[in-house]
Amino acid sequence: MTADAASGHPGMDGARAPATAAPGSEAPLGAPVTSPGLGDEPAGALRDAARAYVLGLGDDALILSHRLTEWVTRAPALEEELALANVALDLLGQARGLLERAGQLGGPASTADDLAYLRDARGFRNCLLVELENGDFARTMARQLLFSAWQLPLYERLRHSNDSALAGVAAAGAREAAYHLDHAALWVRRLGDGTDESHRRMQEGLDAVWPYAAELFLPEPFEGGLVLGALVQRELAVDPAALEPVWSATVHQVVTEATLEVPTGDWRPAGGRQGLHTEAFGFLLAELQSLRRTEPEASW
Amino acid sequence: MPGAMTEAPTSRSGRDGRSVPTEVELPGAPTTSDAAREHFDALVASDERIEPRDWMPDEYRKTLVRQIAQHAHSEIIGMQPEGNWLTRAPSLRRKAILLAKVQDEAGHGLYLYSAAETLGVARDELEALLLSGRQKYSSIFNYPTLTWADVGAIGWLVDGAAIVNQIPLCRCSYGPYARAMVRICKEESFHQRQGFELLYTLAHGTDAQRAMAQDAVDRWWWPSLMMFGPPDAESSHSAQSMAWGIKRFSNDELRQRFVDQAAPQAAVLGLRLPDPELRFDEESGHWRYGEIDWSEFRAVLAGNGPCNRRRLERRRAALAEGAWVREAATAYARKHPLVSGAGLGTARQPGADATPVVAAGTAPLGSPEAEATPAGLATPGATATAGATATAAA
Ligand SMILES: [Fe+2]
Ligand SMILES: [Fe+2]
Repeated sequence: MTADAASGHPGMDGARAPATAAPGSEAPLGAPVTSPGLGDEPAGALRDAARAYVLGLGDDALILSHRLTEWVTRAPALEEELALANVALDLLGQARGLLERAGQLGGPASTADDLAYLRDARGFRNCLLVELENGDFARTMARQLLFSAWQLPLYERLRHSNDSALAGVAAAGAREAAYHLDHAALWVRRLGDGTDESHRRMQEGLDAVWPYAAELFLPEPFEGGLVLGALVQRELAVDPAALEPVWSATVHQVVTEATLEVPTGDWRPAGGRQGLHTEAFGFLLAELQSLRRTEPEASW
Repeated sequence: MPGAMTEAPTSRSGRDGRSVPTEVELPGAPTTSDAAREHFDALVASDERIEPRDWMPDEYRKTLVRQIAQHAHSEIIGMQPEGNWLTRAPSLRRKAILLAKVQDEAGHGLYLYSAAETLGVARDELEALLLSGRQKYSSIFNYPTLTWADVGAIGWLVDGAAIVNQIPLCRCSYGPYARAMVRICKEESFHQRQGFELLYTLAHGTDAQRAMAQDAVDRWWWPSLMMFGPPDAESSHSAQSMAWGIKRFSNDELRQRFVDQAAPQAAVLGLRLPDPELRFDEESGHWRYGEIDWSEFRAVLAGNGPCNRRRLERRRAALAEGAWVREAATAYARKHPLVSGAGLGTARQPGADATPVVAAGTAPLGSPEAEATPAGLATPGATATAGATATAAA
């Protein structure tokens, strides 16, 4: 959480007087029972928003992990077989924790596996950045840099969430994201400042994925800013826009050190958080879910 | 698996303070004094370890390079059949276990290439020999993984056979190889347990799952028996390797040990082994098995298995497509000699315990101390993850 959010009592901004006592259904969110109510929000809206928010984070981790596993047996060096698999494993672990939590937050009760294997593409809330095809190693590292530079400050804030499940994933995830960021940044510098060919490829990779980062900082597509504000106040979410300055500083520094140009242009594709994905996403999901869906009820 | 680690590796004998003949300090030095040869023979005779700085006969070195390289290649090529199912693993838990396993195998490969480097050959030289077909990898990886159950069958049978083969190597006369095997065997036994558990789940699942499990065992059983190599009568390198303390048991002895372990395990799984002649012999206390089709073994070894070409093609493509990346890392390290971690081999493993990965070639395998400091070995992340998922699987 940001310093001020963490110091103040969540939800107590005084702007809206609670109309009624907090409904009991909010307790599973991890907020203290004595925490103030949500003004005139319908009782279920906060939970639905929390579910959607956590689902988005879980989907980010799941899908990026999946893309990274596609590298296995194809990495440019054995050391990178290990490193890429490690990043993929970390993200998979985060996805399991986040999806499990999302499944407990409103909606029909579902396990992490239900959410990963039995949802259709339109129900996935991951950002577009993580589903982009791997391309060459430079593009994969560019994608990782942009993602981890966002995920690290996000998790550093969420680790103080008063939802203990979310805080737990974020605390472990922040340590992992720091390594992922170091690893990606090292490669972006090596490739950017390596040979002529690697410089060219690194710049092309960065240019290709850059526009997709903008989606990370858009307001969550809930109804208005109202619900997101309530989540932020209750330390269940981080205002996406608040992460942009630190992300931008990190990424600009690495790109500059790598002797690369920061891409420009104002094309900012988005829609992942609303389930509007790239064409490639359907193929990714078809592969991921194919076996499980043959016997969805069986134990595997 | 019960009994998988029954033979504990012998502890290393203390050799500190013994004098090393000065004229043979360099590995591979052609000159031989009688003292050096006597020293080598004495070490082998007393079941002590040979270290990289010791003089050793040329044939001993060649045999080890061939064996360690073949082992390393097998670990790396062996990632392919199971890696084939990574993106389709049917639960998040299975996906994590499989990913950790495949990652372990990459670590084993890296670690074994480092062991080979203590004998004076570089990893890229060995990779070139693999791609040109002059060095082999285990033929078992030339069979395809057609269904998810194959992942379980590989864990149970292939990792299981590998363990039987490798446990005696923990006492191999060459120190760096023996130490590598101690660590590798621990991880292989996780793999075997996970494979067994996967198959058990399928064998006790729906009809379709059960059929899938049986089909996988039908296809993997005989090739697993072939993993122990040709029958003793035809094994070309065995006698000398035994004399040198590189090999401890014959191919047929190890094969029998494996069958004796696997047959009762198949009963626990509730799956049938595809050998009508398989039966327990009360008198000898061993399971008797039918004739192995050695013509199939020879065909696969000669390059005509279902996947030989595909496996090498993938490996060749990965190395070729990654060349510009490795060149960039080298160029960057030259430009930034003071940046720690600038070179390729020093890349830190994300998600691990912050132990730097030791560059191949500088790994402490060559020193006996490596045994006591597993954190300094090549794959800190791999151990952590395999251990973690194994616990989760239990
Ligand atoms: Fe292995
Ligand atoms: Fe293994």
